[in-house]
Amino acid sequence: MTYQEKKSIVSLITAILIFGSYCAYMFPKAPEGADSTESFHYWGSFVIILTLVSIAAHILISIIFNIAFRITTGEKEPAFADELDKLINLKATRNSFFVFVLGFLAAMGALVNDQSSQVMFVILIAGGFISDVTGSITKLYHYRKGV
Amino acid sequence: MSKNLVGNHIRRLRFDHDEMTQQQLADKVGVTRQTIVALEKGNYSPSLELAFRIALAFNLSLEEVFFYGDSTKE
Repeated sequence: MTYQEKKSIVSLITAILIFGSYCAYMFPKAPEGADSTESFHYWGSFVIILTLVSIAAHILISIIFNIAFRITTGEKEPAFADELDKLINLKATRNSFFVFVLGFLAAMGALVNDQSSQVMFVILIAGGFISDVTGSITKLYHYRKGV
Repeated sequence: MSKNLVGNHIRRLRFDHDEMTQQQLADKVGVTRQTIVALEKGNYSPSLELAFRIALAFNLSLEEVFFYGDSTKE
């Protein structure tokens, strides 16, 4: 298995673990009253903290992964992204963006169907998570099966 | 996913050039080793620029390194 394949798997597992543990920690704290100022404050901070935590965790795990990769294989990780990496990244971004837009539209659809803002935020956040996972899976698929 | 129609003789050519490693070829043409692996497996059709760089690395013409379609039919 190549460096990029391993990195895609690590990225996928990291995304699932961070999102899962963050949701398990934060969801019980959700305010009772829907559509209140407190509710919007909660969901706003939910998204911002999740974004910051995800970025920090991805950077940290990427560093740890590179160190582990060097120790276990004795190989240095690629120092740059070549044309194949860029092409795969583009495909992953395209698929990820497409899924996020679907999630966004579903979230807006929830509002149209008179659902509470909580439902809208849950769909929006789930859409963001699934788009992240889609990006990682797309990368893994193309690194394994080709472009 | 179906295999690419652009095939190549990179593996054989590396062997003919003093058993050049994938990493050595990758360094010569400015890509990662993983891209050479993907090319040899037929999982990736290179850009025209990369194809020329690989051909130049072996001092051969493009047609001597790459072919279109099934090489067994040649």
